[in-house]
Amino acid sequence: MEKNAALFQFLCRMGDNTLVLGHRVSEWCGHAPVIEEDIALANTALDLLGQTQLWLELAGTVEGKGRSADDLAFLRDVWDFRNLLLVERPNGDFGHTLLRQFLFDAWQNIILARLTESRDQRIAEIAEKAAKEAAYHVERSSGTVIGLGDGTDESHRRMQAALDRLWPYVGEMFCGDAADQTLAAAGIAPRPEDLRSAWDAHVNAVLDAATLARPDSDFAHKGGRDGTHTEHLGYILADMQFLQRAYPGAAW
Amino acid sequence: MSLAPPSPAKIWGWLDTIPDPEIPVISLVDLGVIRAVEWQQETLVITITPTYSGCPATAIINRDIETTLRQKGIENLRLIRRLSPAWSTDFLSEKGRAALQRYGIAPPHTAAGPKSCPRCGSENLEKTSQFGSTPCKALWRCRDCLEPFDYFKCI
Repeated sequence: MEKNAALFQFLCRMGDNTLVLGHRVSEWCGHAPVIEEDIALANTALDLLGQTQLWLELAGTVEGKGRSADDLAFLRDVWDFRNLLLVERPNGDFGHTLLRQFLFDAWQNIILARLTESRDQRIAEIAEKAAKEAAYHVERSSGTVIGLGDGTDESHRRMQAALDRLWPYVGEMFCGDAADQTLAAAGIAPRPEDLRSAWDAHVNAVLDAATLARPDSDFAHKGGRDGTHTEHLGYILADMQFLQRAYPGAAW
Repeated sequence: MSLAPPSPAKIWGWLDTIPDPEIPVISLVDLGVIRAVEWQQETLVITITPTYSGCPATAIINRDIETTLRQKGIENLRLIRRLSPAWSTDFLSEKGRAALQRYGIAPPHTAAGPKSCPRCGSENLEKTSQFGSTPCKALWRCRDCLEPFDYFKCI
């Protein structure tokens, strides 16, 4: 894959992950079980949206067609989104939401640390900023997974069920393609496959402490990174993009 | 222009009068978001580092800087966003830390938490949430005076 096209694709993947997950997490605003958790979820969503702004702004610059971060967020359709299928999964219950967050945070924390050494200075700077936020997120979601997994019978049962349901969406984080190879060869981004051992080490330790059983199967649903999404993404976009679609150019 | 342009030291002084939009007891200079003030020929260039990437105050901070400096007669002004080095609570001024404490917000201490209750000084504390009313704060409670308080997160 040509380098600039690979770079645009990569930046959309990073920005779409944080955009879609940020939107999902923000759906909890006003609905969390206690106010402290409501605030925590809203703050996490806000960090993710802030990171989206940085990634998609750079994506627009790299693409060179004059598209802003807002244009990319609000005026692309499902097939142009490059996020992992994991982040578009519906929220489910509170435990399911936090487990999905944990699986993502563990990955994001690792990739951002690697990206701070990117040969593309712009990417290294965004990663440096976002890594601080991601470190805070993974600390919280790891702690919550341990608290609920090693909690009551009810919370343990729900967390194990969430882990079993979400596990088939883990593998996609570590499946590289030609674009990833191009960027890895140029020293811009790591190969997704190379992040797996660090992720496994962190996740296994947390699951152990949470008394949760890591599923045996490594079957992986894929497609999100190439624009083949589940039916859920369309509903998210319908919600998120309504205003710009119905009233093009409307400003705050 | 017949008059000499105001010196960067003078401009730092003006910026130190602009309150943080969410914690108005400290200034933007105290917060540590202003990283450089310099004249590039006829243009005043202010370099700003955002606290949290999604913090909604960032846009207001830029607007407040622009409004203040225009009122002071600065015509050619450029605001630059700098991401690296990423903002850290180490950038907070001593004056700002003391102002936070007086206002009832425990200033950043360590990642583990605040040093003491900003109201009664007790070190017998507990965390109620890692997050708070703004991206830069967490919620804590004093086990002695029982008051809840904000802690300025250490990052």
